[in-house]
Amino acid sequence: MLGLNKKDTGLLIIVAILTLLAPFILNPFPEGSAMAQFNAGYPDLMQRFVIFGIFAIGFNILFGLTGYLSFGHAAFLGVGSYSAVWMFKLLSYNILPAIALSVVVAGLFSLLIGFVSLRRSGIYFSILTLAFAQMSFALAYSVLSNPKFNLTNGETGLQVYADDPQILQGANAPDLPHLFGLPMRATYTMDVGAWSFDFNAGYYLCAVVLMVVFYLSIRIFRSPFGMMLRAVKSNQQRMNYTGLNSKPYTLAAFVISGMYAGLAGGLMAAMDPLAGAERMQWTASGEVVLMTILGGTGTLIGPVLGAGFIKYFENIFSKINDNVLHSWFAFLPDGLEDAVVFVIHPFIGKGWHLTLGILFMLVVIYLPGGLVEGGQRLLNRFKRKKSNTDDATSGKTEPAE
Amino acid sequence: MDAILLQILNGLDKGSAYALIALGLTLIFGTLGVVNFAHGALFMIGAFCAVTLQKLLNLSFETVDESQKDFLGNPLKVETPYVEAWFGPEVGATIIDWSVPLAILFAIPIMLLVGYVMERGLIKHFYKRPHADQILVTFGLAIVLQEIVKYFFGANPIQTPPPDALSGSVDLGIMVGFDPNAIIYPIWRLVYFGFAVGIIGAVFSFLQFTTFGMVVRAGMADRETVGLLGINIDRRFTIMFGIAAAVAGLAGVMYGPLNPPNYHMGMDFLVLSFVVVVVGGMGSLPGAVLAGFLLGILESFASTTWATTTIPGINQIIIYLVAIIVLLTRPRGLMGRKGVMEE
Repeated sequence: MLGLNKKDTGLLIIVAILTLLAPFILNPFPEGSAMAQFNAGYPDLMQRFVIFGIFAIGFNILFGLTGYLSFGHAAFLGVGSYSAVWMFKLLSYNILPAIALSVVVAGLFSLLIGFVSLRRSGIYFSILTLAFAQMSFALAYSVLSNPKFNLTNGETGLQVYADDPQILQGANAPDLPHLFGLPMRATYTMDVGAWSFDFNAGYYLCAVVLMVVFYLSIRIFRSPFGMMLRAVKSNQQRMNYTGLNSKPYTLAAFVISGMYAGLAGGLMAAMDPLAGAERMQWTASGEVVLMTILGGTGTLIGPVLGAGFIKYFENIFSKINDNVLHSWFAFLPDGLEDAVVFVIHPFIGKGWHLTLGILFMLVVIYLPGGLVEGGQRLLNRFKRKKSNTDDATSGKTEPAE
Repeated sequence: MDAILLQILNGLDKGSAYALIALGLTLIFGTLGVVNFAHGALFMIGAFCAVTLQKLLNLSFETVDESQKDFLGNPLKVETPYVEAWFGPEVGATIIDWSVPLAILFAIPIMLLVGYVMERGLIKHFYKRPHADQILVTFGLAIVLQEIVKYFFGANPIQTPPPDALSGSVDLGIMVGFDPNAIIYPIWRLVYFGFAVGIIGAVFSFLQFTTFGMVVRAGMADRETVGLLGINIDRRFTIMFGIAAAVAGLAGVMYGPLNPPNYHMGMDFLVLSFVVVVVGGMGSLPGAVLAGFLLGILESFASTTWATTTIPGINQIIIYLVAIIVLLTRPRGLMGRKGVMEE
């Protein structure tokens, strides 16, 4: 289908099902029940899943294929957000020009940064991208927000004000981000028995975009171009000796992943017309690295899983507090209950980052291939057990013959 | 003239911190070949050693003083630190006052231990893995250490004042013949600079003039041959990791009075220290120190009103800008050697 082989079509269908049915999948608990707080099916969070999924897919095209570890990808996301909000301010709240511009601007910006940083490799490349990203953050945070030339609005963040020109804004167009009149906040709530499911226009827009970019990334992975990038990762020197100049390929990969990041930033602004400098800070770049590694570097579906995993558990863990823990462990004797809650306490609520750090370290140490590799190992183990039992039975039958 | 001197002095304290952290980073990189993203966290742990000691010294017990009354006429409860009870009020008060310098003694064993455990427990398993994996695992470790400190000490900065005798400022201008009040400089910054120079000198002479240092230098040049000569170079490198951790920690201990420690100070310094290492030249110890001071001073020059009005915001980006220029024109850094990190 669409020029994909059977396995890739399967992956695409899995992603399509996961994203399109997310409002059902993420809302497994009935409304008003004790577990309802662990539902993740509300529009804001679902949008974040998908947007960070797009971001991570893009990052994976660079890191997973070429092995260049960029520590400054959040800069492109931030640039994308800023350009989208500027489109809202100048043209209209229609999201199409905004997202188009954010992709283009992020692409140009990454072309500039990539051209300079890709002259070095390894740790130098990481530090160069880190330096560029921190520089962009500092520029956006303070320098470009002076009264004479206010491009980023500094600490407050860029937003749309009533006196902005918005020259294409129609008289009766909605006063918030919309796609030809369909506002991104429009939500249809379906009640089925005790359950209620939210279908949000913005979320479905992001979901469709995710499927498109996921398809594109499959095509990139399977193309001769993707092959070339893999060759860069496995042995760049040998590739150069065969007479191929690897620079255009790595630069193209860098720009593509920068455009993905810009797209994610544009979508972020389209869901909520705001852009702040903190999106560009290097901790944000670190987050996308975490997502990609956790999911599985160099695999197709890994980054999407990693992004969903981190955002989901961030949400869940932040909601658990001591009272919830006490209710969970109420079956234990009192002293033991307190002890258990005391032990778990540092890892929940505000301690989510601690859990994430430990989890990340464990993954890097024991499971360098991330969740995808973990899943494959589990599958293999089951298969081996099956084949073992087959062998055992055949072994038993043989002497009888 | 005096303005230039003042800016140089202003750059010294940050420069000292950069130089010390970069020195530790380079030590680890030069010996073990590991890129340690958790080095900023070690700096932060050092600062929190000072905080811990200060808290320990201020542990007090309550006594009811019948001779004093509060405004309701009840006997006043007086808190006496244990130290004052044990050593007498005056000696005790002095000990509490000098808690930051005393924390040096407290921090050295702790940092050596932390470094040792880190190397044996985690980093050891990553020598054979790619640099990207080393970066990632130490990055994770940095997050974990940072969150642990946040859990115990909270997210707000904690004041660690310098001893009374060393707080306040001194008029340096008069000493070298400028007008009075031309160069007024906080004493603790001078102390910090002197301390940094002392530590750097100690590390260099340790490497230069002791047998242990000689073996380590030989190991940095050619690890395999040293190993073939029957020397347990791994153990020495582990000890060097501990020393690098202690250098970062001590830089943190003494930095407290300049800037109240908070849990993310390590991360803030880490990014800049990496830039410093790269500018100085990966694997070059003198390069790291030189680049640390140079960039610190450059940053202070860029923060003058003249510079910020000419190019707005130059103080925020100067270091990154310099790093980018250096990396592109002199890829090995100021004093980098050939063959280090050039795959």
